Amino acid sequence: MKKDIVLLKGNEAIAKAAYRYGYDGFFGYPITPQSEILETLSLDKPWETTGMVVLQAESEIASINMVYAAGATGKCAMTSSSSPGVALMQEGISYMAACEIPGLVVSVGRGGPGLGTIQPGQADYYQAVYGGGNGDYHCIVLAPDSVQEMADFMGLAKELMFKWRMPLIILSDGVIGQMMEKVVMPPFQPRRSDDEIREQCPWATNGLGLKGRKYNFMSSLELDAAEMQKRNRAMTDKYNRICETEVRYESYKADDAEYIIIAYGCSARISMNAVDRLRSEGVKAGMLRPITLWPFPTKKIKELASHCKAMLTVELSEGQMVNDVRAAVEGEVPVSFFGRSGGVVPSPHEVYEAFKELVKP
Amino acid sequence: MTEEIIISGFGGQGMLSMGKILAYAGIMEDKQVSWMPAYGPEQRGGTANVTVIVSDNPISSPILSQYDTAIVLNQPSLEKFEPLVKPGGTILYDGYGIYKRPSRTDVNVYRIDAMEAAAKMSNNKVFNMLVLGGLLKVRPIVTVEDVVLGLHKALPERHHKLIPMNEEAIRKGMDLVVKV
Amino acid sequence: MTTEDIIQPENRVYGKPSLMNDTPMHYCPGCSHGVVHKLIAEVIEEMGIEEKTVGICPVGCAVFAYRYVDIDWIEASHGRAPACASAVKRLWPDHLVFTYQGDGDLACIGTGETIHALNRGENIAIIFINNAIYGMTGGQMAPTTLMGMKTATCPYGRQPDLHGFPLHVTDIASTLEGTCYVTRQAVNTVANIRKAKKAIRQAFENSVNKRGSSLVEIVSTCSSGWKMSPEKANQWMEENMFPYYPLGDLKNVNKE
Repeated sequence: MKKDIVLLKGNEAIAKAAYRYGYDGFFGYPITPQSEILETLSLDKPWETTGMVVLQAESEIASINMVYAAGATGKCAMTSSSSPGVALMQEGISYMAACEIPGLVVSVGRGGPGLGTIQPGQADYYQAVYGGGNGDYHCIVLAPDSVQEMADFMGLAKELMFKWRMPLIILSDGVIGQMMEKVVMPPFQPRRSDDEIREQCPWATNGLGLKGRKYNFMSSLELDAAEMQKRNRAMTDKYNRICETEVRYESYKADDAEYIIIAYGCSARISMNAVDRLRSEGVKAGMLRPITLWPFPTKKIKELASHCKAMLTVELSEGQMVNDVRAAVEGEVPVSFFGRSGGVVPSPHEVYEAFKELVKP
Repeated sequence: MTEEIIISGFGGQGMLSMGKILAYAGIMEDKQVSWMPAYGPEQRGGTANVTVIVSDNPISSPILSQYDTAIVLNQPSLEKFEPLVKPGGTILYDGYGIYKRPSRTDVNVYRIDAMEAAAKMSNNKVFNMLVLGGLLKVRPIVTVEDVVLGLHKALPERHHKLIPMNEEAIRKGMDLVVKV
Repeated sequence: MTTEDIIQPENRVYGKPSLMNDTPMHYCPGCSHGVVHKLIAEVIEEMGIEEKTVGICPVGCAVFAYRYVDIDWIEASHGRAPACASAVKRLWPDHLVFTYQGDGDLACIGTGETIHALNRGENIAIIFINNAIYGMTGGQMAPTTLMGMKTATCPYGRQPDLHGFPLHVTDIASTLEGTCYVTRQAVNTVANIRKAKKAIRQAFENSVNKRGSSLVEIVSTCSSGWKMSPEKANQWMEENMFPYYPLGDLKNVNKE
């Protein structure tokens, strides 16, 4: 057996991948079902090995503002939380987007709204994709469907958030966070040195090389409306470029399918069973799994709609992503919705039954 | 080969660890594994369960509607999962925890008096390993040798001294299990 | 003949710190902010650590502090400056990291962040401008507004049954184990300005040398908010604020 294959919970994989990918800091506050992230980091003590800072903050609000300031200085920082906690972070995420500060929020969804339940949920799609904070902004949203992807997306997140200078959300759920699978862990990457930060983040507010440059500041405050609009337009241009280049998805038997499930995260895993079962019954069934929820695979879904008969979205919510799917197909095929919410997770059989409804003549 | 297992009982009976050790043993045999607990407040004192899948192929859903094998350690667990075992599947129950036996005739039913044995040994901590031994006797999903390897991998170094005791319990469990 | 010809260095008795730029300040006449900004610029310059300094601005009148002092700044959301500073200092442990906050920011919306950063003993310095009023938003009641004092949201004077009591946040800070230096200063006279500068210097040295958290409260005026002339405001501060918020060190664990 290879050395770096381990059995981990999704949450543990996030924590261990963080210091392996050379993250500089974690700032967080406990909340079920993601507390293992802070617990694992506290147990593994990366500050003694990689120098990664781990701090239990006084609240989710403090946590996100720590990530905001850390990112402002060019450091690779992250926090993690679950639904009500992520709700508290929305102001900080908006500030990060406005100042174009890189930073990662790992959101492990549970049943809502309000305090809700601690069981798995995907009802924070709107929160992540459409932004719970104020103003025109987006975060790149990655949706892992396995423990392996929880680990791998930590590397992808770091790359993308610094490439595009913006906050990034890994939108997971209680199933992927709590389940264990075997994972191939990434090799250790060193944290960036001060010189590398200076070279790669000339915008950062860390004082480095101040005597040879104008001072930097991070602020989202603007008194002039026209100037604010200019900033917004520049960000919209950036967002458009991201939509053109960063869309990621996985097609599971979808390319020749007549009936297609659109699902992400744990719903995609559950739906795969239904696809396989219908295929074994001779139905051309398939699934498209959006990996980036923003940017959304609109073009791919539109393309699939041109040669399929019907689509079904499966979500742990009362129906959120389904609206993006309907917008993408522009009325070309009917899009049905199957959902369970409040922490209820459907069985593969229930999804199969719902999917089979579509096939009925 | 794909084995889809539910392990269910009272919180604190060591079911989650048992599932984890089984999954780790699966990794030792280069199999795909998933371990999905029903996490939540019911873990403390109430009924808790974990779904473990060990397979030669990639695993799709970690959550299941039906199971090949149900290990049930208390009455509510039996009532919940007995109907969900596939025909021809396996039910393994603890003789102390179950007062109303399984009634299905299209599945293989086994009993293991692990609670009683653990009490006799004055060591409640080996209860789950006795049950694991019983499972491996009737469903040889992984070898005992790989379970021991898995224990080495899963447990921190300071607990390695407990591994021989656990191995012994697994082997004892294999002797204890009886077909009903 | 140019200014430089007339003003010879040997004759110079006062100079603007080089870290202060020429951006016109938006502060009202008589406001204490300008003086405190200058002291901060002087101290950083004298310590020679501008390449290892990060300042955190608040929301409030000092929201634009980053415009005037040529160091790297981060504008925090309302009240969160101590959280920002905690992260920056932990990630840049050899830096001077300080926040600059008003009473509403530090002692109202951000009380949680303030208390917890100080209680963790973060190696940061907090400069706290206490003028007992919300200046930026137009003179509303602050947590430190004195009893009986009139503001836009307590126009009949602060009353305990309606508004509660002034928060002695600096006194609270002095009881926390994480703080090493807690002091209350003012910048109303030349002598007090000198003392305040010394206090800021000590707080900044504490941050660089990782001695724990420092809090420097500057009891300040707000002539616009108080609706007084600068001179009258200074007098009112001496008569009303100083008895309630007495100047001096509340805690100094590193004192020889």
